[in-house]
Amino acid sequence: MKITELFDRGEFVVSAEVGPPKGFHIDGLIEGAKAHLGGITAVNVTDNQSSVMRLGSLATCKALLDAGLTPIYQLTCRDRNRIALQSDILSAAMFGIENILCLTGDHTRLGDHPGAKPVFDLDSVSLLHTVCRLESGVDLGGNPLVGEPPKFAKGAVVSPCSDSVDAQLAKMERKVLAGCEFFQTQAVFEPEKFIAFMERAKQFGKPVQLGVIIPKGAAMCRYMNNNVAGVHVPDEMLNELAADKERAKAGITGVEIAARVIRECRPYCQGVHIMALGWEAKVPALLEQAGI
Amino acid sequence: MLMTKLKPKEELQSLLPEKVFILQCHGCGEVSFPEREADELTRELLDAGRATGVLTTDYICNPENLSLRLERRKAMIDEAEGVLVLSCGVGVQTVSGALDGKSVYAGCDTVRLPGFQGVTPLEYDCGQCGQCYLSLTGGICPITACSKSLVNGQCGGAKNGRCEVDPDMECGWERILRRLEAVGRLDVLKCPTQIRNFAADADASR
Repeated sequence: MKITELFDRGEFVVSAEVGPPKGFHIDGLIEGAKAHLGGITAVNVTDNQSSVMRLGSLATCKALLDAGLTPIYQLTCRDRNRIALQSDILSAAMFGIENILCLTGDHTRLGDHPGAKPVFDLDSVSLLHTVCRLESGVDLGGNPLVGEPPKFAKGAVVSPCSDSVDAQLAKMERKVLAGCEFFQTQAVFEPEKFIAFMERAKQFGKPVQLGVIIPKGAAMCRYMNNNVAGVHVPDEMLNELAADKERAKAGITGVEIAARVIRECRPYCQGVHIMALGWEAKVPALLEQAGI
Repeated sequence: MLMTKLKPKEELQSLLPEKVFILQCHGCGEVSFPEREADELTRELLDAGRATGVLTTDYICNPENLSLRLERRKAMIDEAEGVLVLSCGVGVQTVSGALDGKSVYAGCDTVRLPGFQGVTPLEYDCGQCGQCYLSLTGGICPITACSKSLVNGQCGGAKNGRCEVDPDMECGWERILRRLEAVGRLDVLKCPTQIRNFAADADASR
């Protein structure tokens, strides 16, 4: 199922995210996804997230599909040139994967193979353009595809709380012009910034899913504040998490905070995307508290 | 070594504003410059009444010399909507850096040739990619100023305006955006999706 069909019907679309393991045993991931994410619309599979080598996004998407879930195939430009990317997009179509999220990707220097060659032959914008080209039955080299062309729901990401929001909006517009049909955002902890961003982003007329991380504790938030682009956890939330360490550790405070963010932002967006980072089991409780 | 070649006429036509000041750099010994084609283009623009002035010189990559030369032609430059620079990518960036609030257009593509790489150490760097983007990026090279050499805008990795790879480096696309805003050319961000041609230098060297 293409998630764009649900946006078109005016549904509030909920997706979550799983990260493949560093190894090929995937039973745990599939069981976890079935148990905790079975009730939501779709599941993103990250593509060597943070430039750390793991099991492939494409293979994991196929396994989720076989398990009855709807995968969103994340595809980055860091590790493959345009030939490999187009080939993988066709492979995804063959497997019946219908949702694709196009990203530039973190730099190789940030991951666990810092000496690897960063490819970036394409980027998020030209990757969206490439998917559209394939959908038109022609590859990037101008050669016709054999048989019926693939068709995807094409998504991309945007960072609403970035300190360079003008640059983010400019890039968002380029993604729309290149064929992007929906957006998922970087994690939001500052609803007022998100709402201000959406005021400006709504001109593009594309559905936006609010990105949510369940904060696991004050230390994790401080780490994100110092290291993760576009993410800022305000002091009040840090204090809330630090006030009762046991409650924070059990996830009670984090779920409360995330649910509050969702409730405040919900009137301004078309869905929510939860990056549980290992806390997939808390997703059902989060959605319940958020009133979804 | 490097070589500059004039961009195709159609590409230049789509880039250039009505009135330009033309700056030709006949270069250093390390650069092979298309003098005849550049003169031809200059003459065409003059005949069409689109050139407010012409400066033919050398070593425009020397910022001090360049500033003096530009200062003397300030009136002609002010009269133009932009400055067409016929030089290598370092030259174009030096001119952009020397002119506040004026758009700079790269008339040439710069292609790498084997051998000696020039003598002037500068903060400006040309990737010699063979398909100069400087007209679309406010005279700041996205190939060398962005760690990922992105040609379609900023990635999501900048934190406090700094690059995710090197916190000592400012995000190249933030610099580009600031410059485009200063010269009133944010409209170029809506240009078609750019896809690099990694065969451009091989094509040109033939």
